[in-house]
Formats: sequence, structure tokens, C-alpha cells
Amino acid sequence: MNDTQLVMYDEDFRKILAVVQRLVQDANAKGIFVVDRNGQLIAEAGEMRGIDTTSLASLTAGCIAATGGLAKIVGEEEFPVHFHQGQQDNLHMTLVAGRIILVVVFDDRSSLGLVRLRVKKAGAELAKIFEEIRKKTEQEQAGGAGTPFSEITDEDIDNLFSV
Amino acid sequence: MSFINYSSREINCKIVYYGPGLCGKTTNLQFIYNKTNPDLKGKMISLATETERTLFFDFLPLALGQIRGFKTRFHLYTVPGQVFYDASRKLILKGVDGVVFVADSQIERMEANIESLDNLKLNLAEQGYDLHKTPCVIQYNKRDLPNSAPLEEIQKVLNPSDMPEFEACATTGEGVFETLKAVARLVLRDLKQMNR
Ligand SMILES: Nc1nc2c(ncn2[C@@H]2O[C@H](COP(=O)(O)OP(=O)(O)O)[C@@H](O)[C@H]2O)c(=O)[nH]1
Ligand SMILES: [Mg+2]
Repeated sequence: MNDTQLVMYDEDFRKILAVVQRLVQDANAKGIFVVDRNGQLIAEAGEMRGIDTTSLASLTAGCIAATGGLAKIVGEEEFPVHFHQGQQDNLHMTLVAGRIILVVVFDDRSSLGLVRLRVKKAGAELAKIFEEIRKKTEQEQAGGAGTPFSEITDEDIDNLFSV
Repeated sequence: MSFINYSSREINCKIVYYGPGLCGKTTNLQFIYNKTNPDLKGKMISLATETERTLFFDFLPLALGQIRGFKTRFHLYTVPGQVFYDASRKLILKGVDGVVFVADSQIERMEANIESLDNLKLNLAEQGYDLHKTPCVIQYNKRDLPNSAPLEEIQKVLNPSDMPEFEACATTGEGVFETLKAVARLVLRDLKQMNR
């Protein structure tokens, strides 16, 4: 059932991080989060350290999933861009390459126009990186490359629960 | 769909608790949440109606420990059980690595159990998954109630294919961790096989 399993190496992570760190600057953003469509946080940057990123990731994915369902009902394939306006902080979410969600949090130091513009470029870069990751994962699985998990034993698994 | 992160040395897996409305899915997660060491768990999120019925999902992130130097994290989700929330159930099932089917042992809930299990099969099949090839365990919950059906009867109806099964009382926690461990084991074994 691993048709779309995501395997990310350090070099991939660095590339992703470089893109989002630049986006923080370019878009004057408070925080940027890259979230897998299934609700797992992949990378973050900005000045929002300490917030509950696990919850943020799972709710972002839920939100995109729900509006994606709505889109189909009204005859759209997807609503790829979402904007939530708050009193101080705003949330901009974009679906990238159909599987990654780019979340930008910004306040009045920035503007929706600027964020839109910068997200477009960063989104395209991220799409490229994730396409590479996907291809690599596919190749590795086809080639039967070993990972730490091909070697795990039932004992390893049981040990997880002994604590 | 597990996520293996070599950069942070983490494996993330998604487990979904499925079953008819009021069978005890949310109660399972609440018990796990209450009994887990604060270092190992994140915040539990419940998107519920005013009357505390699950509206979209409950979510509980859990860290289990290390396996071959990788932190093992499980993201537990529940689905809303009411029939009319089918669209939400489909969304939550996306990318699932393992399923816990929670059955309500009460005799009068047998039809609801069957309906929900059929619905699970259908929704998995829509994603190209086969229930029998998906890591899945079944929990017979509410064994404490006097109107619960005899075990052999439930087994015959809901588990002809012999999935790992557990009797439980989610309100007291009996069987809750046994169920979770069993599905986690199956998910990790699955991970091992697909990385052969
Ligand atoms: N007697 C008994 N009640 C239970 C048990 N598990 C759950 N309940 C109760 O059943 C009701 C519905 O539980 P809930 O977890 O919200 O169901 P969900 O719709 O599957 O999420 C609640 O009032 C629970 O307290 C059990 O094992 N025994
Ligand atoms: Mg519930």
C-alpha cells in the first residue's frame, strides 16, 4: 500500500529548507510551513518557533482535504489557493504539485499581493524538488534498495512497547 | 502512506479508528491520551459538534520510541461514524497505513457494525486498497454492557477472515493499548516488507 510513500533524505530537506527560508525573507512572512497532504510537517522557517506545529500540520491537511471535497462537488478539480484573513495574522495556503501544502503566515508587515507573488515562485521550486524525491523513491523501491526497515525484526518492534 | 524522514530520523505512520457512530472511537483515543507520558504525546484535537459527537476527526500524535535509530511516530485519527458523514470519512482514510475497526458489542448495534465495515471496505477500495492487504485489527468494544452479543456471534459476522481481534472496554481502558500495539506492529511489519 505504499504507492506514494514519502522518503526524504537530508539533502532533500536542505533544499526544501533553503526555499522556505528565502521565502520568509522575500514575502516578509512570520512563518512558513511545508506540510504533507496527509498531515505531516516537512519543514518550517520563520519567527513562530514554539507553536504547536504537529496540530498545525494535521489541521492544514484536514482543511485542504475538506475544501478539495467541496471543489469536486461544485465541479472544480481543486481549490489550490486558500486565504484566511485574521485580525492581525493571515494564513495563505497553496497546494503544490498536488501533494504538498505551502502555508504562509503573515501580518501587516507584508501584503496578500506580495505573498501571492513570492509563493508562486517558491511553489514552483518546491514542486521540482518533490518531483525529484518522488522519482528517487520510486527508483529505490524498484531497485529493492535496502533501508533500515528492511532489517527490522519482530523483536525491534516489540521493544518499542516495552517502555 | 508512511513518511520516512532521514533528515530528522523519523518515521511517521497514520492509523485510523473506524466504526459506527458511538462505538467508542473517540473514547479509545481519550484513554490513550490520558495514559500517555506527556513527553510522548502531542495535543489531542477533537473537531466535534456541541454535543461532543465527532464532526470531522479526532487527532492524536504519539511518539513510541526508537527503532534502529529512527523515532517512530504514529498519528491516530478517528472518523465520524454517522452515515451521512461519508465524505469526511473518505478524506480521513487517505494515505492510511493501518486501520482499527471498533465494533460496538451491543446486540442492537450489529447492523450498524456490518454497515460500517462494508463502508470501510468500499472506501478503501476506492483508493485502491484491499482491506485484507491493509494492516487492520478489530476491537469488540463495550464488552462490559449486559446487552453485548456473545463473542462467537460477533466474530462470525464481523471477522470471518480472522484479523487480529481484541475485546475491550474503552471507558476503563481494557484492551485499548493491546489494540493499538497490535495495529502498530502490523504497520511496522508492512513497512519492513515494502522496503525489502
Ligand atoms: N459502557 C461502555 N460505554 C462506552 C464504552 N466505550 C465508549 N462508551 C461510551 O459510548 C459513548 C460514545 O463513545 P464515543 O467514543 O464518543 O464514540 P464514537 O462515536 O465512536 O467516537 C460515550 O458515552 C462513551 O462513554 C465501553 O467500552 N463501555
Ligand atoms: Mg467520535
